[in-house]
Amino acid sequence: MDLSSLADAFYEEAQEYFDDIESNLLSIDLDDPDNEVLNAIFRCAHSVKGGAGTFGFSVLQDSTHLFENALDDLRNGEITMTQELVDGFLEINDLLKDQLSSYQAGETPDEDGVGIVKHIVTSVCDNTSPAQAEPEALSTSTTEDASSEVLPEGGFVMDVGHLDEEQIGEILEEMAILGDVSRSGQMVLIDTDDSLENVMLMLGFILSDDACEKLNIREPETGGAQGDSADESASFASNGETDTPAIDTMPKQEVKTALLSSPKTPTKKPAKPVKKAETSLRVPVDKIDHIINLVGELVITQSMLEQAAQDQEHQISNELSLLERNARDLQEAVMSVRMVPMETVFSRFPRQVRDIAKKLDKQIDLVTEGESTELDKGMVEKIVDPLSHLVRNSLDHGIERPEDREAKGKSPNGTLTLSAKHQGGNIIIEVIDDGAGLDRERLLSKAQSNGLPVSDNMSDEDVWQLIFAPGFSTADEITDVSGRGVGMDVVKKNIQSLGGSIQITSKKDQGTRTQISLPLTLAILDGMSIRCHGETYILPLGTVLETLQPVKEDIYTMSGSDQVLKIRDDYLPIVYLAKALQETDDIRDATETIAIIVQAEGKQYALIVDELVGQQQVVVKNLETNYRKVDGFSAATILGDGRVALILDVNEILKLK
Amino acid sequence: MINQDAQNDVSHDQEEFLVFSLGDEDYGVNILKVQEIRRYENITKIANTPHYVKGVTNLRGNIVPIIDLRLKFNMENAEFNDHTVVIVVNCLDKVVGFVVDRVLDVMSVDKNNIQAPPEHAMSTLSNFIVGLVTVEDRMNILIDVEKMITEDEVGKITEEA
Repeated sequence: MDLSSLADAFYEEAQEYFDDIESNLLSIDLDDPDNEVLNAIFRCAHSVKGGAGTFGFSVLQDSTHLFENALDDLRNGEITMTQELVDGFLEINDLLKDQLSSYQAGETPDEDGVGIVKHIVTSVCDNTSPAQAEPEALSTSTTEDASSEVLPEGGFVMDVGHLDEEQIGEILEEMAILGDVSRSGQMVLIDTDDSLENVMLMLGFILSDDACEKLNIREPETGGAQGDSADESASFASNGETDTPAIDTMPKQEVKTALLSSPKTPTKKPAKPVKKAETSLRVPVDKIDHIINLVGELVITQSMLEQAAQDQEHQISNELSLLERNARDLQEAVMSVRMVPMETVFSRFPRQVRDIAKKLDKQIDLVTEGESTELDKGMVEKIVDPLSHLVRNSLDHGIERPEDREAKGKSPNGTLTLSAKHQGGNIIIEVIDDGAGLDRERLLSKAQSNGLPVSDNMSDEDVWQLIFAPGFSTADEITDVSGRGVGMDVVKKNIQSLGGSIQITSKKDQGTRTQISLPLTLAILDGMSIRCHGETYILPLGTVLETLQPVKEDIYTMSGSDQVLKIRDDYLPIVYLAKALQETDDIRDATETIAIIVQAEGKQYALIVDELVGQQQVVVKNLETNYRKVDGFSAATILGDGRVALILDVNEILKLK
Repeated sequence: MINQDAQNDVSHDQEEFLVFSLGDEDYGVNILKVQEIRRYENITKIANTPHYVKGVTNLRGNIVPIIDLRLKFNMENAEFNDHTVVIVVNCLDKVVGFVVDRVLDVMSVDKNNIQAPPEHAMSTLSNFIVGLVTVEDRMNILIDVEKMITEDEVGKITEEA
């Protein structure tokens, strides 16, 4: 991997982030700062910090960290928004930009930069809240005070009062790996030499981030360390990378105390839409050249058509088919502009895997395959978080410690493989580890205690699917910063929202393979256009199995009203599209219509429509952009005559019935 | 549609409204929210939506919902004739079309002349009224497009999205 080309990408990205920070800062309403804007700024700063860390730009990293701390306090309402604050932040932003350009020029910026940033943060916040001597005590709850007195030195303490017994049990179990664990009432004490990050990493697998923060993990002897730890946990969990230990020693306490002022009571106002980040795309020149050539051909075809049209005798079918080919080629070429190689995703993992492996004391070899496989840019951005989660899962729960591996007769080095390949119109991304595999018994018993319907003779495939059940992970949603406490159910939901699917196969002591299948692009769909009650609809071609004209003998009624259609040896339920869409109750005789056998989730049915129009590629347009989700439809498209046609969702139509 | 010169002359207390009629009543919307006025044509119906959502249309590649304000405000006559038009508004990053009986005028209103709507007004409409203003002895009802979009059927989007 050529680090310098990645660094170039980082410079560009960071520049964009700084620009975003600036415009967001400028858009802040001082009287009622919108949390979304603050979050957006925080995210930008955080991304820069993460990137700076990866490339070892420590001055930038440390400076951004200070900035981030201040933003975090602001976001939490611990300091109030003032003009001075905005000015200070803008000044910091400029300083960060300067640091970035020094790095870009191949120099190392003056380390005083960190001090200057710190000075600005402190002074700006001093202005806003003069002589706030006691707030620290206010922010420390009484339970913490009590606990910090009784507990011995070393390790960490956490509050578990907000958790249920099962979660506490899991925590105790996980923490036992790190050191001695003891519990007294609402407090859990871990006696370990491990770093806080390590502890947080383990917790990240059990709890959502919110829950993690409520744990209020800290070192027992200093109540003041909690600010650091909470923040550290947030930043660690958010990008899955380590912050350098140097940051731990930053006197955040000082900054924080200065920043503190009376907590702001948020007033309700409709949230303003946050300015969307403009994303850019780097496109290889040869792709552009190809498009230019195609446009040239298109122009030639157009003039051929023009000439042919003047000549009355001439048939223009040849020219038309040429035009069709031009249009298709051009469409493909333009779409390919959005395609970026998977390398951009995979390149994030070596560092992450190395850091996690180090923390977990495991030896991991990372193998990546199919880096040149291309995927839609929009998908790439959305696949990173689920993939990070899968990787973390594999490293923590999948691959065993070296000694355990040797005991099982395996090489002490675990192997984690990330691969990508094309298969038909899909891209298949796999995360494969050669670890312990999923534990069937444990999954079943946990599912039972969660109240999921399970039985002991379920097939392995069904058992593996259990880990995607919502109750199986305590994380209930993705928080603002990437990848924080994403549970497997969220991973699955994210993949599904991209139109993909996820499958797990696992063998005890041989490893686990997670396979993600995604469509290459979301923008174009192969569809079959049909007509029903005067409207044209599009059915995704992938769901259509066959079409036929039903004959009377094959239609049976069940309990008088419901109808089934006999196809070879199967009886399939009949769904009248017009009825499902409430266009009419007046059903035409099925034998005068067309039955389309469609494949819905796990089940087939016969969809009755008036007419088949044909097969065509359509450009998918989101209905939600200006309207909202409508049951029965996944999206809309625009037909050749300029009219809108709705794209049917075969699963939802079944529910409408 | 928006007269630029008139726009510049407007002082701070003045606001311009596009006046349109629904049945016998006159309404006004802030003209800055109005993107364009179109004919009512090429509407694709959507199943499972309230009756006042006439469907969606293709507005230069964007899928835009069309809402019949007359049905929305429970008026009896909602017929389509030569004057029926769609006022396309652009607000809160959404583009939505509203069907009205006819577009009448653009009026400039002094903010101080806008009266608060009667408090006891109980119609569906009352949520969306900014105020009332008298122009040439006729009452004009000023409606808040933003509220129409957020609190209305369309608006569920804003919360869900």
